[in-house]
Amino acid sequence: MDRIVQRSKELLAEQGPSALGFYTTGQLFLEEYYTLGVIAHGAIGTNHVDGNTRLCTATAAEALKESFACDGQPGSYSDVDHADVIALYGHNVAETQTVLWMRMLDRLAAPNPPKLICVDPRETPVAQAATVHLAPLPGTNVALMNAILHEIIRNDWVDHDYVAAYTVGYDELAKQVEDYPAQRVAEICQVPAEQIHEAARIIGTAKRLLSTVLQGFYQSHQATAAAVQVNNVNIIRGMLGKPGAGILQMNGQPTAENTRECGADGDLAGFRNWANDSHVAELARIWNIDQMQIPHYSPPTHLMQMMRYVEQGTIRLLWVSGTNPAVSLPELRRIRSILSQQRLFLVVQDLFLTETAALADVVLPAATWAEKTGTFTNADRTVHLSDKAVEPPGQARPDLDIFLDYARRMDFRDKDGQPLPPWHDPESAFEAWKRCSAGRPCDYTGLSYAKLRGGSGIQWPCTAEHPDGTERIYLDGQFWSTPDYCESYGRDLITGAPVEPTEYRPMNPAGKAVIKAAEYLPPHESRPRRTPHHGPSAPMSRPPTAAPPPMRMNKPLEVGSEARPRAARTAPLGEVPGR
Amino acid sequence: MKLDLALRELHRSEKSLAADLLKVADRHKVDHEIYHVARDLARWSQQHVHELAEIGPRYNLNLKSDPPEEAQEDSGLLSTVRSKASELVGRRPEPGLLLLADLRHLHRVAAGVSLDWELLGQGAQAAKDSELLALTKRCHPQSLRQMRWANAMLKVLSPQVLAS
Repeated sequence: MDRIVQRSKELLAEQGPSALGFYTTGQLFLEEYYTLGVIAHGAIGTNHVDGNTRLCTATAAEALKESFACDGQPGSYSDVDHADVIALYGHNVAETQTVLWMRMLDRLAAPNPPKLICVDPRETPVAQAATVHLAPLPGTNVALMNAILHEIIRNDWVDHDYVAAYTVGYDELAKQVEDYPAQRVAEICQVPAEQIHEAARIIGTAKRLLSTVLQGFYQSHQATAAAVQVNNVNIIRGMLGKPGAGILQMNGQPTAENTRECGADGDLAGFRNWANDSHVAELARIWNIDQMQIPHYSPPTHLMQMMRYVEQGTIRLLWVSGTNPAVSLPELRRIRSILSQQRLFLVVQDLFLTETAALADVVLPAATWAEKTGTFTNADRTVHLSDKAVEPPGQARPDLDIFLDYARRMDFRDKDGQPLPPWHDPESAFEAWKRCSAGRPCDYTGLSYAKLRGGSGIQWPCTAEHPDGTERIYLDGQFWSTPDYCESYGRDLITGAPVEPTEYRPMNPAGKAVIKAAEYLPPHESRPRRTPHHGPSAPMSRPPTAAPPPMRMNKPLEVGSEARPRAARTAPLGEVPGR
Repeated sequence: MKLDLALRELHRSEKSLAADLLKVADRHKVDHEIYHVARDLARWSQQHVHELAEIGPRYNLNLKSDPPEEAQEDSGLLSTVRSKASELVGRRPEPGLLLLADLRHLHRVAAGVSLDWELLGQGAQAAKDSELLALTKRCHPQSLRQMRWANAMLKVLSPQVLAS
């Protein structure tokens, strides 16, 4: 730790905060993310913070920020119990969230089962249980969604009262999807037009529509644009904030929601808006530091950009916690070579001596859950407390202790000379987080460790007025999207350019849901093509052979044999994973 | 009536914007965000060139509809040299400054194109040419988005380049 501290101080003196970057995970506890966020954004003041949530749930967060100008899951798992149609978009729930799938299977086996729509190029267990299975070519999700929206609008299955009262942007969407009749999209997606009609009819006439989205959309071309079109389906059908009518933009990791709300994904803590000076001022007040200290001149640096800065030698200390970029990032050869540079000071904090740890200057052994205490929040905003059960082995320490040790040795101080962050253990960190979350959408002020021990599982926002938490948000078209309150002004869905506050204010002065249209663009690196059915990905200890599509096979692959899939920028040699 | 002049000028400026976007994409191939988005945005300009060529004959203009195509750009020797160079200097900080200069240039060119659409739209209204007006309403917003993208990328990338 002294080596890390010494190098940090050298770099801060020489170059300043822009020399330091932090890359974390979706698997720590809330208290740890918040501590990391305060250290990075407050004490150091770097804009280079991201989580490996960049690879999955970043799309969920971005899609919600586009449609509702704020993160926060609209639906609740209990919507599964009430829905009459469940539409799963790129969401192989049977293999990724088995408990949630059991809940759906219970509905399917009971009287009045819901209809299932499955969008997945593969013949998954969900596809087999579906009323309609749409199998679009990989990379064509936006075209398919536009066709479904086209059908809903053409057949007038739109809730016009809801659209008029609670939304902006409908006309733009109607104009955009005009160009996507089922016949044309059938060509693009290689899905029969009748199937598109049938799926749209079921979705368009649903009384209680639950939509869920995961990696098939998030890890594909035009990810955010596609996930936003799913939001649009529920918005124009008025399917929000009622039992069974909701959206679940799912998470890929257990505590990804905390990465997002605590600021460890680079956003400012408590869903605060970096482009809103009053939010930054509020944060500076809570942390008792100067407002200039908190970077808010541009969106947070996303991971791939951070890697580019490391490659160019302008990020010179990278601190990786709980993730293994030398295995999980695209363009592995390049990433490994970037992380191997002599001039980079690489810190890795993990349970295991990973491939990334093998490249590190300093490895910090960390404890895992059950070896430490903290809270975690799942995809539908439900907060749990996880108490320590056993001592961590060897030299391993809780991530919270590691971050706090760094802060103390760096001697970070607030304006009054007090230690920053001021807390010392999980519960004091949680109490500090409650103050930070007060008045924001993810309000934790009604929670405490004692309360969570009395019966874990309470959904935020949880306040004095709603002591039992909140099952569903966005009731009666009430959103968190007013210009002064919202977390984000959004981005252009094609160029990615952030929307300026001066554009957002006149567009959505009253804080309604934002209907955002997007055109379909052909995939960047390959023509859409059918792919063979992939098995589950290989163990994370070696690179999975399942290359990004497209993949053309000369002969069937045998489990355990060696294969070299070729894709646009990579041709890794690996073992064919078993099922 | 000088609408033909405005059309001809716009056709020229959109063509050069498409070419510049493709050139910048090649030059910064290792910056995926620049490379892919710039190529997507070049497609907008190519489409605009095409539509301008189609409406040309109504104003006695014979405008070419073939903008710098991706295919021929891809196979061109210059393009290969540019993208190879981008890979070779990937480890050095100087391309950061070069990228800022390129984005600044793109912003200026896109701003010019956007103004040209503005002018054409005004002219179309005065001449009560609804087809031409519809064309400007389709294309002008996209050139504004091209310009905003260059501006946004400058804002995002400049702090690191300038403060390191």
